[in-house]
Amino acid sequence: MAFESEDHAKAYWKENLALMLKLLSVWFIVSFGFGIILVDVLNQISFFGFKLGFWFAQQGSIYTFIVLIFIYIRQMNLLDKKYSVDEE
Amino acid sequence: MDIKTLTFIVVGLTFALYIGIAIWARAGSTTDFYVAGGGVPPVANGMATAADWMSAASFISMAGLISFLGYDGSVYLMGWTGGYVLLALCLAPYLRKFGKFTVPDFVGDRYYSQTARVVAVICAIVVSFTYIAGQMRGVGVVFSRFLEVDITTGVLIGMAMVYFYTLLGGMKGITYTQVAQYCVLAFAYTVPAVFITFQMTGHVFPQTGFGATLADGSGQYLLERLDGLSQELGFAAYTEGTKSKLDVFAITMALMVGTAGLPHVIIRFFTVPKVSDARRSGGWALLFIAVVYTTAPAIASITKVNILNTLNGEDQQGVLYEEAPSWVTNWERTGLISWEDHNEDGRMFFSNDERNEMNVDADIIVLASPEIANLPNWVVALVAAGGVAAALSTSAGLLLVISSSISHDLMKRTLMPHISDRQELLYARIAAGFAVLIGAYFGINPPGFVAQVVAFAFGLAAASFFPAIIMGIFYKRMNSHGAIAGMIVGIVFTLAYIIYFRFINPAADNADNWLFGISPEGIGTVGMLLNFIVAIVVLQFTKEAPKEIQELVESIRYPRGAGEATHH
Repeated sequence: MAFESEDHAKAYWKENLALMLKLLSVWFIVSFGFGIILVDVLNQISFFGFKLGFWFAQQGSIYTFIVLIFIYIRQMNLLDKKYSVDEE
Repeated sequence: MDIKTLTFIVVGLTFALYIGIAIWARAGSTTDFYVAGGGVPPVANGMATAADWMSAASFISMAGLISFLGYDGSVYLMGWTGGYVLLALCLAPYLRKFGKFTVPDFVGDRYYSQTARVVAVICAIVVSFTYIAGQMRGVGVVFSRFLEVDITTGVLIGMAMVYFYTLLGGMKGITYTQVAQYCVLAFAYTVPAVFITFQMTGHVFPQTGFGATLADGSGQYLLERLDGLSQELGFAAYTEGTKSKLDVFAITMALMVGTAGLPHVIIRFFTVPKVSDARRSGGWALLFIAVVYTTAPAIASITKVNILNTLNGEDQQGVLYEEAPSWVTNWERTGLISWEDHNEDGRMFFSNDERNEMNVDADIIVLASPEIANLPNWVVALVAAGGVAAALSTSAGLLLVISSSISHDLMKRTLMPHISDRQELLYARIAAGFAVLIGAYFGINPPGFVAQVVAFAFGLAAASFFPAIIMGIFYKRMNSHGAIAGMIVGIVFTLAYIIYFRFINPAADNADNWLFGISPEGIGTVGMLLNFIVAIVVLQFTKEAPKEIQELVESIRYPRGAGEATHH
C-alpha cells in the first residue's frame, strides 16, 4: 500500500465511501423516487410538453446517471491526488 | 434500388468492415483473446462497451416494447442505464485493481475456493445462455425480413454469421470491431429517429421532439394525442401504464443490478490500463449508450402514432386491406404481423379490445419504423445494418464469456490445469460452437420477446453475481460458505421462478399468481435479496474469511499498482 500511514488509508476509504453513498442516494431518488414512486404526483406538473414523472422515467433519469458518473470520476481523481495514491 | 438489394449492399459493406478489423487485430495469445492485452484507451473502451452492451434487445426490441407498454416500458430505459452508475461506482475500479480475466476468477480467488469458482462458472454460463438466446432471436428477425425468409431460416443464417465472426478474433479483435459497430448502430438508430421526429413534430431532436406539439396544425401535444388514441382503442393511457408499482420497481432494480453483474460487461473493465481508466470507461460507456437510450422513447411514441394512423386510418375507422401500406405486406411474409378479418368488412383494425383484427409482434417496430414513416429505402437498409451490428457485437462478447468460462475457468483452472494455451483456445472454440447451437434453438423457440428474454438474463445475473462481488469488495469478512450458499440460493430461486411461469405453467403467468405481484422479469430483485440474506446468515455460523484474504480485499480498495490483468 502506498499510503503514508494506516490512518491515511482509512481516511481515504472513508471519503470514498461517503462520496459513493452521496451519489447513490441521488441515483435512487431520481430513478426509483421521481420515476416510479412519486410518478403520479409529478405527472401533475407539465414540463416542455411531458408529464414530469414520465419525463424522469424516460429521459431525466438517464441524464442524471451520466452526470453522476462524471462527478464521481472527477472527485475520485482529486481524492487520489490528495492522498497521493494516483497512478503515475 | 429496392430495399432488398440495398440491404444486401449496406449489411455486406459493414460486415466486410468488421471482418477486416477482426483480421487486422487478430488475437495472437490467450491474453489477447481474453483481455486485449490491457491496452485499450478509455474512450475506445467505452464505445466498445456500449456496443457490447447494446444488443439486439436494445436496438431492435426495446423501443417496440416501450411502444406497446408506454410508461411501463421505462423499466428498460432506467434499468439498463442506471446499472452503469452501480458498475462505475461500486465495481469497476476494484475489479480492475484485482486484475483477473473473468468474473469466476474473481469469485474463485476472493472466496479462496474451487467450489465458489465452479458455482460462478455455472452462473456465468446460465446467464450468458439466456442472454444469447435473445440475441439469436433478434438476428433472426432482421434476416427473415430483409432476406424475405421465415424466422427459423433467419435465425440459422444469423447463427452461422455470429459463429464465424467470433472465431476470428478474441477480445482484441472484438474491441476494435465493436468501436466500428457502435458507430454503425448509433448512426442507424438516430438517423431514422430524426426523420420521423421531424415529420411528426417539426423538431430535429427526438429527445425533445416527442414532448412537442404535432406538426399537423392541431396544436395538440404528441403524448396527449397518443394518450387519447390509446384509450379510445382500449389500450392503457400511454404515459401511465398498467404494471403495479412494486413490479415496475422490481424489474427496474433487477435490470440495474443485473447490468452491474453481467460477466460480459464486467470483463470490459479488465481491458483498460489503469484503475482511473476503469472509472472513466464506465462514464464514456454510459454516455454512448444514452445516445440510443434517450432516442428510443421518442421512436416508441412516434411510431405508435404512425402505426395507429396507418392501420386504422387518420379517422380510426380501419384501412382497406387492399390499400394496406407496403410495410404490412412486407412483414406479413415473416409471420410477425398478421390480419384476421373478424367482422368481414375488408378493413384492418388495431386495438386492444374485441374490435382488434391485427397481431403485431413488438419486435418488428424499430425495424419497420422507417417503412411505416415512408422514409427512403436507404434508411431502411441502414437500420437493418444497425440491427445486425447490435446483435453481432453482443453475441460475440457473450460467446467469449461462455467459451472463456469453460476453457479458462473450468478446464484450465479446475479440471485440467496442465493444458497448453493452444489447447485452451481449442476448447474455447468448441464451447462457442455449442453455445451458438443452443442459442439458436431458443432463438427459434423464444420464451418471450427479445427484450424480455434478455431481462431474464439480467435477473439471473442480479441474483447470482452482484451480491457475491459487492460483498467481495465491501464486506471483507464475508467467507466462501456464505458466498457460495448465497449464489446458489439466488440463482436457483430465480431460475425456478422463471421456468415455472414461462415453461411449466404459462397459463398461471399473471399478476394474481406472482409472488407479491412481481413478474418473472423482476424476480431477480427478490433473488438478489435472498442471496444477500442467506450469505450473511451463513457467515454468522461459519468462520470469517482468513486474514490474508481480508488483506487482499484491503489492497483492491486503493488504486495504485494495478498493473496489467494477469494470468497465473
